[in-house]
Amino acid sequence: MDNAYDGLTDAGEEKHWAFGTGFTAALAGVGRDIPAVDRDSLTAYCLMLGDDALVYSQRLAEWCSRAPELEEDVALANIALDLLGQARLLLSRAAEVEDAGRDEDALAYLRDERQFRNVRLVELDCGPGPGGDFGTTIARLLVFSTWRLAVFQRLVGSADPVLAAVAAKGVKELAYHRDHAAQWVLRLAGGTEYSRERIVAGLDKVWAFTEELFATHPIEAELDGVAVDPAAARAEFDQVIDTVLSAAGLERPRTTQVAALAGQAGRDGIHTEAMGYLLAELQHIARSMPGAVW
Amino acid sequence: MTRSSWPLYEVFVRGKRGLNHVHVGSLHAPDDEMALRNARDLYTRRNEGVSIWVVKAEAITASSPDEKDPFFAPSGDKVYRHPTFYAIPEDVPHL
Repeated sequence: MDNAYDGLTDAGEEKHWAFGTGFTAALAGVGRDIPAVDRDSLTAYCLMLGDDALVYSQRLAEWCSRAPELEEDVALANIALDLLGQARLLLSRAAEVEDAGRDEDALAYLRDERQFRNVRLVELDCGPGPGGDFGTTIARLLVFSTWRLAVFQRLVGSADPVLAAVAAKGVKELAYHRDHAAQWVLRLAGGTEYSRERIVAGLDKVWAFTEELFATHPIEAELDGVAVDPAAARAEFDQVIDTVLSAAGLERPRTTQVAALAGQAGRDGIHTEAMGYLLAELQHIARSMPGAVW
Repeated sequence: MTRSSWPLYEVFVRGKRGLNHVHVGSLHAPDDEMALRNARDLYTRRNEGVSIWVVKAEAITASSPDEKDPFFAPSGDKVYRHPTFYAIPEDVPHL
């Protein structure tokens, strides 16, 4: 006879924990087939999406213990960890497709600046360093998560099963990141004169790097059906940003865009001055003590 | 806005289907909506919850330690109020 109480306990739950059981592996049951496309291009595409998450995660981690409130400190760290998780899956996939004996750690710690393919938006110092503050940080979080969510919603249909699975997992995380940013934009804009000034200045600063987000890279164009053309995410991005800004009573920034260098930008390994300093902090332990564990 | 002006909220999390919301702690937040989000970030990071309640701490009326005896002592000798005279099936959880 069926036990009427079975529904109260989750299958396989660890009964000695009252809370926090039932974890699953991020990509459990996902196939590892590699689609029939150019391997170098697919590796590069995985690095693009992975480096965006890795570098931005590093930037967000800089807020750890320095956010204006304890609660916000944990919120930003959670977002950073979500992105680090995405970065690990994507860099692991890049290593797997590349098949050259490198792993996710080698890709994260042992590549030089010109080999990183992240968009320049994520490497900017938006605070807590001298390059920004909490307002700038929230402005970038809004722009980045709105953009990445719109891209990932399309990546869910990728012919690469791993990219599709990473996107499906990431969509839920990014939806929360975007909501968190939007909530703060509303509160900073509607708070005091000073808080409004800070979010306006923050949006102005990060807006200069928005065009780059939607520029179709040759590799994205080549990997039709596997990669997402970011230009296709533009309309949704514009609509979400306009909704948030209008609810906050803010104007869309009119900042001059920071141009690509001879047609090349972050996706080609051309970065801003901030990138070298960021990588120095990210990589110096791994490079000065190779193979260190703790 | 300084921290001292953010109200204190109490957080209740429901861990599983069929269980009650349980008090897990408190936090500060500028308003109700942010309190719910802060609670999600602070108290459900390890897969603890399927539902969250937050309530301003000032909205809770609590019993006073001074009233401990009249409130709680009278039930101490009334064992017949417990259903201990019934056999409870082995496989009933969370009772």
